[in-house]
Amino acid sequence: MEAMAQPAAVSILGMIAGLLGVIVLVSVNALFLIWMERKVSAHMQLRPGPMEVGWHGAIQTIADALKLMGKELITPKDVDRPVYLLAPIVVFLPVLLSFLVIPFSQSLVIRDMNVGVLLILAFASLTVLAILMAGWASNNKYSIFGAIRSVAQNIAYEIPLLITLMSIILMVGSFSLADIVEAQSAYWFVFVQPLAFILYITCATAETNRAPFDLPEAESELVAGFHTEYSGMRFALFFLAEYTNMFIVAAIATVFFLGGWRGPFLPGIVWFLIKVYFIIFVLMWFRWTFPRVRFDQLITFAWKILIPLAFANLIITAFILKLR
Amino acid sequence: MVSYFKEILVGFYSLLAGMAVTIRYFVKPIVTVQYPREKIEMTPRYRGYPQLTIDPETKTHRCIACEMCARICPSQLITVEGTKFPGEKQKRATKYIHEHQYCSLCGLCVEVCPTTALEFSQVYRLAGYSREDCVIDHLIVLQKRQRLAGFVATPVPTAEEIEAAKAAEAAAKAAKEKEAKAKAEAKGKPEGEVKE
Repeated sequence: MEAMAQPAAVSILGMIAGLLGVIVLVSVNALFLIWMERKVSAHMQLRPGPMEVGWHGAIQTIADALKLMGKELITPKDVDRPVYLLAPIVVFLPVLLSFLVIPFSQSLVIRDMNVGVLLILAFASLTVLAILMAGWASNNKYSIFGAIRSVAQNIAYEIPLLITLMSIILMVGSFSLADIVEAQSAYWFVFVQPLAFILYITCATAETNRAPFDLPEAESELVAGFHTEYSGMRFALFFLAEYTNMFIVAAIATVFFLGGWRGPFLPGIVWFLIKVYFIIFVLMWFRWTFPRVRFDQLITFAWKILIPLAFANLIITAFILKLR
Repeated sequence: MVSYFKEILVGFYSLLAGMAVTIRYFVKPIVTVQYPREKIEMTPRYRGYPQLTIDPETKTHRCIACEMCARICPSQLITVEGTKFPGEKQKRATKYIHEHQYCSLCGLCVEVCPTTALEFSQVYRLAGYSREDCVIDHLIVLQKRQRLAGFVATPVPTAEEIEAAKAAEAAAKAAKEKEAKAKAEAKGKPEGEVKE
């Protein structure tokens, strides 16, 4: 494991380059994803979507981002000030850290750790904390409702998520993302673990708070959920974190089920991004197809269907591995 | 237990069916047009604002300025003026103003017109910057349409022409009255002559 290429992060320069690369990737990815989401939703409703700024509205998001930066940062009177100001930073922190271990290609990984999966999932849980902080500190009933829902939902859906990934980890015998990609040289795990893939995508949709599990920010009932009271760049940070989280869950899906950067002809990074954006497209496809679930349905679905199925999948995987 | 798995499978199938619908729509051609740049053909039965019909024989309008449309209009937004020109049998519209900003497109004016001089237009782009922009002078619109169709545009009578026509009509009326009076006198005179 340690003998494998350890390119960046060996020097200070490498670390700075990695950090810059990640920040650029995060912002460009969010700009692209917002445009992509608008286009996908538009085409599913027979609309053209943004068309005015740039080619087919390609730089519309840049205009929107500039507008957001120019907006006043409103802090409501009765908020819990330190927590309120900290929440957008806390939501953004795990997002940046998760990029540390994602293998974009054979050599393009900032630092391949042997606890890579655990690191990403542990930091992903911090997002819930940030949402709770934002909702609680806003001192607003809609925000706190969004935060409460988010916590209940994320705790419920983290369990099947971990268990489904555990069945893959059992097959590979390593927590390192590079090893998992390495183990898929013969075949992709989506073909041997289709149930796990479906369960993972479902849980990932819930973890990123996207429709049909977008109850924390259900705009038709909770205004904007936990980020109702945030404006300007603070709101933009929540937005950025949401879309980057999408990228991260899609990247994990790619690494675990779709063979990571593996693919013929094209370089690894291209294959990786193609697969990631395909998964993201599927998530968007979900959003514009399914209506939002009710809260009891959401929790019932997690505890009665996803968790038993995930456990069954794990046990069967373990048996097959033992008997083989 | 069986129903549990059945529910999962049926639910999963229904989700896939839903996704099949959206992906079909995803690849369908877009129906929205880019409004200010693209125009669409309206159907022949589209009920836009009323406009003056171009008579296929005379190549001009048939409005006789009877003001039926002005009277039936629930919003009272039609103003018609007409004069009888010398050498013509009927009155002819000299002014037809339609204040479209108040129009509810009920179509009563089109229905009531005795000479079917009105029809629904296919114009749907009616946005304007002010209320005054929405006032439609139908005689001007008719001229434009006549030019587009390759006909001679019916001139809108000028104020002097209208005055002249009115004067001529008044003169003719006076002459007629005089004649009638003379006739009546002539009719009465023979009796008196007899008396004398």
